[in-house]
Amino acid sequence: MSAPYRRTVVDAAGWDAAADAMEAGDTTLLSLWAEIGCVHLAVLDAEGIEILSLPCPDGYFPSIGRRHPPAIRLERAVRDLFGLEPEGLPDPRPWLDHGRWGDEAVPAAAYPFLPVEGEALHQIPVGPVHAGIIEPGHFRFTCDGETVVRLEARLGYVHKGIDRLLAGAPLARATKIAARVSGDSTVAYALGFAQAVEQAWGLAPPLRAVWLRAVMAELERLAHHLGDWGAICNDAAFSLMLAHCGVLREQVLRTAATCFGHRLMMDRVVPGGVAADLDAAGMAALQGLIAMLRARVPPLVKLYDDTASLQDRTVGTGRVSPALVAQFGAGGFVGRAAGRAFDARRATSYAPYDGLRFEVPVLQAGDVNARVWVRIREIEQSLSLLEQLLPGLPAGPVRIPPEDLPHGPAEGLALVEAFRGDLFVWVRLEAGQVQRCHFRDASWFQWPLLEAAIEGNIVADFPLCNKSFNCSYAGHDL
Amino acid sequence: MRRTLLQGLLHRPLTEAAPRAEETAAVELAHALNTAAQRKLGRSLSIREIDAGSCNGCELEIHALNNAFYDLERFGLRFVASPRHADVLLVTGPVTQNMREALERTVRATPDPKWVVAVGACARDGGVFARSPACLGGVASVMPVDLVIHGCPPTPIDLLRGLLTLFAPGAAGRAQSS
Ligand code: SF4
Repeated sequence: MSAPYRRTVVDAAGWDAAADAMEAGDTTLLSLWAEIGCVHLAVLDAEGIEILSLPCPDGYFPSIGRRHPPAIRLERAVRDLFGLEPEGLPDPRPWLDHGRWGDEAVPAAAYPFLPVEGEALHQIPVGPVHAGIIEPGHFRFTCDGETVVRLEARLGYVHKGIDRLLAGAPLARATKIAARVSGDSTVAYALGFAQAVEQAWGLAPPLRAVWLRAVMAELERLAHHLGDWGAICNDAAFSLMLAHCGVLREQVLRTAATCFGHRLMMDRVVPGGVAADLDAAGMAALQGLIAMLRARVPPLVKLYDDTASLQDRTVGTGRVSPALVAQFGAGGFVGRAAGRAFDARRATSYAPYDGLRFEVPVLQAGDVNARVWVRIREIEQSLSLLEQLLPGLPAGPVRIPPEDLPHGPAEGLALVEAFRGDLFVWVRLEAGQVQRCHFRDASWFQWPLLEAAIEGNIVADFPLCNKSFNCSYAGHDL
Repeated sequence: MRRTLLQGLLHRPLTEAAPRAEETAAVELAHALNTAAQRKLGRSLSIREIDAGSCNGCELEIHALNNAFYDLERFGLRFVASPRHADVLLVTGPVTQNMREALERTVRATPDPKWVVAVGACARDGGVFARSPACLGGVASVMPVDLVIHGCPPTPIDLLRGLLTLFAPGAAGRAQSS
């Protein structure tokens, strides 16, 4: 079962009190989203998750971002998508709305980047189309010689209108869309969506399905941590690691295809269970994969650790302070590399993680090197989790038949750990359809920290820093 | 470090050490693709990828073409950093309103002859995002498309097969000139 939560309808005073608590660091912002005439806030405190809802019939609500900066981009998005005005919002520029949703004949207005002053400064605009095979976004560097004095990101290029597509979508279609919010986290998104729906309807999926979901989630984590590890080293001009990690990653994907019929395991986690069972051949493939990784990963760890020229690039580069990470409630390797010991698998201990042994690696340095090490440690943890999951895999059915699912009006949420950090999902259902569904990718609170991480570094280290964050554009732009 | 490097030198390449069906297929396809491209262009093929609103799933699989199992560069097929160096444009995603201009400008920056390939269900017709007013619904709604590679996402093998049909003798794949 997913995380239980409290939901309270508040007035403006209650809303402000929540901003106070976040500003003081007593609670952590999980998300902020809206629907017509109402804005919602999810916070995490010592007792768990609370959702505060503020009706705003006049179209205004007091800005949380005015007090607590991590909310600023979420509020800009709320204004762009739902027309609600956050009063006192410190940054009133549009965010996801690039001025291109209306009349084609009217050219979009230029985006007002933050002004810079200073004689020696120059700017480097990059994107939205980048040199590699990566997602689109715009980065505006302001530099003093080689040194970056400010990075400003402009995102929203891959905004697909997911909130709107989900409103009124029948459950089956909504499940497919959820699995395609951020393809690299397709298992995590499908899992979050399924858990939220199951919580709303009070469903308990079959035990075997719950365990198979964890197998898939750990395979996804392994694939991307391996890929990131290699890619980060490659951006530090150490391509040998990319070659090795790329091979291991490919073998994870091939095993996923053997086990579940799809390399990324897309559409395999569904409300009520999973859409693919693990047979004997799949089980053998998984065991082979684990044995292979157990043998092949340690020499690579040693290689990373022993290569001084590589460490020279990663140690001390792209540092984020623990204070900033705590303020933004940044999850995943970004948070855990800078002292924030948060992992949704532990924090809400959703099944089957409540019965499994695993560590949440936490480092303090907050640099590229620390983000690499968190990934390395998590690769080891994922292997250990798979080793616990496979022998204990319960027998039985893997799915509640779709026709047996309830239809009534209900609400639910989930907080699950994707490979890049905690993913928050909230859903309201009615008549077998999604009425409103909100996803908050971990990237929302990581992107702003990338801007802080690069400050004072040289331009040439940006790819390295960026890769060590590996934020999702798709998951953020929605 | 030295041991790992030595092993890298002494071991036979992965693709040959373990010639499973999938690898053999990849090798044959990539070979054939390069031969066809040489025939048509007189030189190796340069590919540029453009994400026009993808979920990033298609990018993962295009990326995989570079890993040691497929290793496209072996065959002279290269992913290039600039559209000005490209022959083939692999476009993914349902073409969001916010990416339309960037896509059009990138394609315009590519010299003729060029081929536009729509990769994945989204690029084909918008996929699950087809109904969204924030998307245009497929690459063909913005520009002529020479080839569609199906899949969500297409696997690396699907991508190789697809690219090959672009250059097969008598194929519909004709170069675009703007
Ligand atoms: S085709 Fe599938 S994998 Fe590719 S961008 Fe679309 S949803 Fe993602």
